[in-house]
Amino acid sequence: MSGNSCKDQEKFQQLQAVIDAKKGTKGALMPVMQEAQAIFGYLPKEVQQFIADGLGVTLSEVYGVATFYAQFVLEPQGEHVIGVCLGTACYVKGSQAVLDRLAEELKVPVGKTTADGKFTLNATRCLGACGLAPVMMIGDEVYGRLTPDEIPGILAKY
Amino acid sequence: MDLVSLTIDGVQVQVPAGTTVLEAARLANIQIPTLCYLKDVNQIGACRMCLVDTGARAFAAACVMPVSPNMVVKTNTPAIREARKVNMELLLSNHDRKCLTCVRSRNCELQTLAEELGVRDVRFEGKRNEYPIDDSSPSVVRDPNKCIQCRRCIAACGNVQKIGVIGTVGRGFNTLIEPAFDQKLGEVGCVNCGQCIMACPVGALREKDNTEEVWAAIGDPNKHVVVQPAPAVRVALGEEFGMPMGTRVTGKLAAALRRMGFDRVFDTNYGADLTIMEEGTELLSRIQNGGVLPMITSCSPGWIKYIETYYPEFLPNLSSCKSPHEMLGAVIKSYYAEKNHIDPKDIFVVSVMPCTAKKFEAKRPELSNNGLQDVDAVITTRELARMIKEAGIDFVNLPDEEFDPLLGESTGAGAIFGATGGVMEAALRTVADILEGKDLDAIEYTAVRGIEGVKEATVNVGGKEIKLAVAHGTGNAKILMEKMKKGEADYTFIEVMGCPGGCVTGGGQPIVPARERMAADPRVVRAKAIYEEDKALPERKSHKNASVQKLYDEYLGKPNSHKAHELLHTHYVDRSASR
Repeated sequence: MSGNSCKDQEKFQQLQAVIDAKKGTKGALMPVMQEAQAIFGYLPKEVQQFIADGLGVTLSEVYGVATFYAQFVLEPQGEHVIGVCLGTACYVKGSQAVLDRLAEELKVPVGKTTADGKFTLNATRCLGACGLAPVMMIGDEVYGRLTPDEIPGILAKY
Repeated sequence: MDLVSLTIDGVQVQVPAGTTVLEAARLANIQIPTLCYLKDVNQIGACRMCLVDTGARAFAAACVMPVSPNMVVKTNTPAIREARKVNMELLLSNHDRKCLTCVRSRNCELQTLAEELGVRDVRFEGKRNEYPIDDSSPSVVRDPNKCIQCRRCIAACGNVQKIGVIGTVGRGFNTLIEPAFDQKLGEVGCVNCGQCIMACPVGALREKDNTEEVWAAIGDPNKHVVVQPAPAVRVALGEEFGMPMGTRVTGKLAAALRRMGFDRVFDTNYGADLTIMEEGTELLSRIQNGGVLPMITSCSPGWIKYIETYYPEFLPNLSSCKSPHEMLGAVIKSYYAEKNHIDPKDIFVVSVMPCTAKKFEAKRPELSNNGLQDVDAVITTRELARMIKEAGIDFVNLPDEEFDPLLGESTGAGAIFGATGGVMEAALRTVADILEGKDLDAIEYTAVRGIEGVKEATVNVGGKEIKLAVAHGTGNAKILMEKMKKGEADYTFIEVMGCPGGCVTGGGQPIVPARERMAADPRVVRAKAIYEEDKALPERKSHKNASVQKLYDEYLGKPNSHKAHELLHTHYVDRSASR
């Protein structure tokens, strides 16, 4: 979080305003964490501690929520976030092989970000496009009826 | 109060509105099994062991289900029994089941319940998580392989103690109970109070075991091994041998320690009397010389680490007195060593404490003299019980024996250090006598006794109004600290003990299962025994302890003297960076 401290300071000020607005209301923690993630892109320890102090809860509590819900991320996300659907239909249609190929091509385990910060590889629950199974998304772009051999070509576009 | 009538297993019961089905059933002598439930601490309906049939579509968790008029509850049907059994088998399928070598064997709620539910086989042999054991803390060991995720420890740490250094991490089968961001217990703002251990139904949280080093010292012919048990140990140790809660075993304790092979059996109660001489004098001097007030007691190491970590701005308010066993340790390695011509290097001091935080305290570099720690090893009441069993001593049938002369002699004021309010009361007994210049008869300050979270009183001593406050448990201490922050605390003297109830229910004491806690409050029952101990002693004021007087005459001069400061006082460390 260090490095560009001026920008960080601005972000923490933004977060403080969110906390001030929500503090004291019931169930404030989740919305504050969502806003914090929108501001910082992820929820590092410093941000979670800031939320804990601001709302008067413990770091354990914030961290518990952050690790419970898939929507919260604790590490910076890549420029492009890849989500491979492992819902029932996609899985039956071979999405695991697609995911494995992605991991192989990107040299990164599922849930992690490539060293150059370009891609984050995630497995997701049903994306709601079962007719196109197996499906993945890169950012907002949907790719359907995939085969593992198509992967290098798709990645090359980014 | 509105009464509600209901039927449980055909038994008609009348209970106040708002009572849970679990509590109502108890009144009808029906035991509904529980695991995650811990009275007044954790009532969340998570483990589904207390399922009952209320005629609704699904079974209900009795621990969180309030009674309603004319309710018909069934706790013992084939479907209920099967549901509980399946739940238990699922829990056991991801439990390491190393009962034979578990420190909680025969005092484990999971084990007891599996037996009672008639689980003879675990039908589910699925994946089992294997995690490393966290033994980074000098006080508390965390073993996730035994954890059943009941969350009682989280409630004890977060809701009761208001510290909250452990919580749930992750989700589903991979959920862990641990500090945030992969930190170890030894790295976070844990105050080592051990209340998580007291809440744990299984062996997932336990004290760091120091019994081996004590056996090694006893077995070393070149070591002069001296032992001292704390005030609260003698009103609880008996429970480990099947004696009823609140049994006083002072004489048997002294006898057992002697038979284990300790060279001298002294008493921390002596150290408590000595603490009063130093702390009472310090208080009077602060009052008379415009020192920092309110002065706050410093006997409880859980409390000390709490204030160092969370309220370091009030460290000047802490009495500079070492805690009683540390004072006695320092006296043993100086006065006693000189008197008996023993090289202090050859002395090994063992403290038997109701406390896990004392293990951390004993390692503080500032609690030493000439490069020697005042206390060499700390074992809890539970560890002592295990050692007595290991030594083959028939504890229950031991004769009563006395502590050794001089440093084993004490008064009732020392005895009451074990209960919340006790240090305050002991100090008042001495301070009042000094200010009035006479031997007062009214020595029972009942306003500071009992288990109310924060107790306040104004007492008149020597024509002076002194405003007091007593808090037990860091959660209650936090209330006082926040008051001080706001400048609303015009007290002269504050007593804080880090554990709810004080040392009698400290983190090193015998663990009372949830079921027994529903029937009796150990904070009350053990404290009653403490006050009986006080009444039974011939002297009940610390300054009447002849052996303590002798120590001042022969060695220290007077309370708060230069020599006394060197041996019996300490300083504190700002630990706010670790919070």
